[in-house]
Amino acid sequence: MKRLTPYLLVLPSWIWLAIFLVVPMAAMASVSLQTGNAIDGFAMTFSFSNYGDALSRYSTQLLRSLLYGGLATVAMMLIGYPVAYWIAFRGGRRKSMYLFLLLLPFFVSFVLRTISWNFLLADNGILFGTLKGWGLLPEGFHVLATTFAVVGGLTYNFLPFMILPIYVALERVDPRVVEAAQDLYATRGAAFRRVVLPLSLPGVFAGVLMTFVPATADPINAAILGGTSNTMIGNIIQTEYLTNLNYPTASALSFTLMAVLLVGIFVYARVLGTENVLEAAAR
Amino acid sequence: MNPFMRGMTQPRTRRDIFKLAGASAAGLALAACGVQGQKAAPPKADAVADFWAKQQKHGKVVFANWPEYMPEDKGPLEKFKADTGISYEYKEVIQENAEFFGKADPVLRAGQPLGYDIVVMTNGVQLQHMIDLGYVVPLDHSKLPNFQANAGQKYKERAYDPGNKYTVPYTSGVTGIAYNTNYIKDDLTSIEALFDPKYKGRVGMMADAQEIGNFGMISLGIAPETSTEADWRKAGEKLKAQRDAGIVRKYYDQSYIDAVSKGDLWISMAWSGDVFQRQLAGEPVKFYVPEEGGTIWTDNMLIPKGAANPVDAIMLMDYLYQPAVAAELDEFIQYVTPVPAVQDLLREKAASATGEEKKTLEEMVASPLMFPSDEEYAKLHSYTPLTTQQEQVFNPIFQSITQA
Repeated sequence: MKRLTPYLLVLPSWIWLAIFLVVPMAAMASVSLQTGNAIDGFAMTFSFSNYGDALSRYSTQLLRSLLYGGLATVAMMLIGYPVAYWIAFRGGRRKSMYLFLLLLPFFVSFVLRTISWNFLLADNGILFGTLKGWGLLPEGFHVLATTFAVVGGLTYNFLPFMILPIYVALERVDPRVVEAAQDLYATRGAAFRRVVLPLSLPGVFAGVLMTFVPATADPINAAILGGTSNTMIGNIIQTEYLTNLNYPTASALSFTLMAVLLVGIFVYARVLGTENVLEAAAR
Repeated sequence: MNPFMRGMTQPRTRRDIFKLAGASAAGLALAACGVQGQKAAPPKADAVADFWAKQQKHGKVVFANWPEYMPEDKGPLEKFKADTGISYEYKEVIQENAEFFGKADPVLRAGQPLGYDIVVMTNGVQLQHMIDLGYVVPLDHSKLPNFQANAGQKYKERAYDPGNKYTVPYTSGVTGIAYNTNYIKDDLTSIEALFDPKYKGRVGMMADAQEIGNFGMISLGIAPETSTEADWRKAGEKLKAQRDAGIVRKYYDQSYIDAVSKGDLWISMAWSGDVFQRQLAGEPVKFYVPEEGGTIWTDNMLIPKGAANPVDAIMLMDYLYQPAVAAELDEFIQYVTPVPAVQDLLREKAASATGEEKKTLEEMVASPLMFPSDEEYAKLHSYTPLTTQQEQVFNPIFQSITQA
């Protein structure tokens, strides 16, 4: 019995995973190989060509999603790291308040926040209308319906998921190791580069995972902020599934996206040296 | 090397392959059922009579509708309750046909009730699917005397539901063109304005394949109702050229109307009721049906399969066809009512009203957006009727433009 106890303890999570992960994934895998239509029904024909067809039709949107997700992730890193650093080392007693302020906008629904950018950034709205009135911007200037707006929206929407893990990693850096580095004649830059940064990498790693994946798959920002050629793969999957009722293509695209992301993550983990990162995290 | 990378880069052992095969087989066995089709044969007349003969009034009805489709005080429904003793639940749960169908389909497919007795859907692909899949209860016309007496002739001859076997119209609207009068001073009349390089980057088109496809065809002088695949492709080419020339800013859903009134868009494909509501709010928007033609669509009431209270539902459907009730409804929603007598009722009301209300009512009565003349009706096309096979050709042609 004693030997079984640990297994019994994890049993609920296994059941959870089986019901909510394995079964839907298997069903989706099965649907992705079927052919037919919603009215006459779909039959299993092991049609692996569904994948090839879907990819050849939508490769542009898939690559574009990866590009946008990547750009947004880099932007989030560049913005998020200094913010996390400042809160962790300069936040003092007000740390939790700063974190709260950071999360405050995210109590409002994702979609509503994205739509509100439509008002803030309207061509002749509060911001650009005023600047155009002062002659600071040309009349035709606009941000909405451009790639910049979509990547910006992604960056804005997922930023906290980058900041929080980095903050947690930096929080745990013992200030005395920085002092030690300085005692050993490291400049402030060198102490950061050779001590603080490596220690915070697990946070960066986690942050990238938590932002790159949802940002790449996100359909909302492209739909609300994008223009005529900013469609991302999430929008395509949504249309194929809900409008066209083309379940096989939608499933094949979802799987392809998942596979691409998984491979990307593992390669990324290899390059960054996961073992070291995970060891550091487990410390 | 971590196990995952090894799996990717080194040959698998036979044992690995067995494991993999076992896992896949288990997965497929789990999912073997897949998605069953169930195209329903049209019901026989006596089966319909049989069904209705067995139903009873329950004193309760659940109505699922779109937002802003019922006055806030629920006047028409309150009157219904007072007159018939049937209590109602009114739910604004339908935002989009595709999304609603996507949610309803698995429930109805499994033979479960949706929990609604009346559902409102636009004529189009999803409504067609509902009917084809046998998800809609055929109506008993002996229970629809007000509909027979008061519905306009046009609303009894629906190509998508001949003889109103499954649906009766709730309201209709026109797809035409809206423009912002602050930016466009000309008096526009043609559909070609949407393709005018003068408005480069300021033109909105709709993302919906039917809507944009129809406008592409109308601009080429093709009637969507009788169009063929060759026509769709021609329309696709024209719309693609419009996109590639940078004329279109974006392909819109409902959000186009905000963009027009803010001035992000100068001109856009538009739905009549949206524009009319904005005009009454004093915003600088104007609507016209292009001289080449526009489209008319209809939102329809239907009883979904498995509804708990079909008798109460059909009583409510019929009740809404009383001219006084229809007038109260249309005064709020400001689309095209299927009951022509409403125009006279609103005219009478305007005559006895005063001040602001009088002005608003007079505008409504005179509005071609609420009461199109026969001449205007003649310019209005219906959606392209598509079989499932045709849909698989039609949709990609236009989606490859709107979702490039």
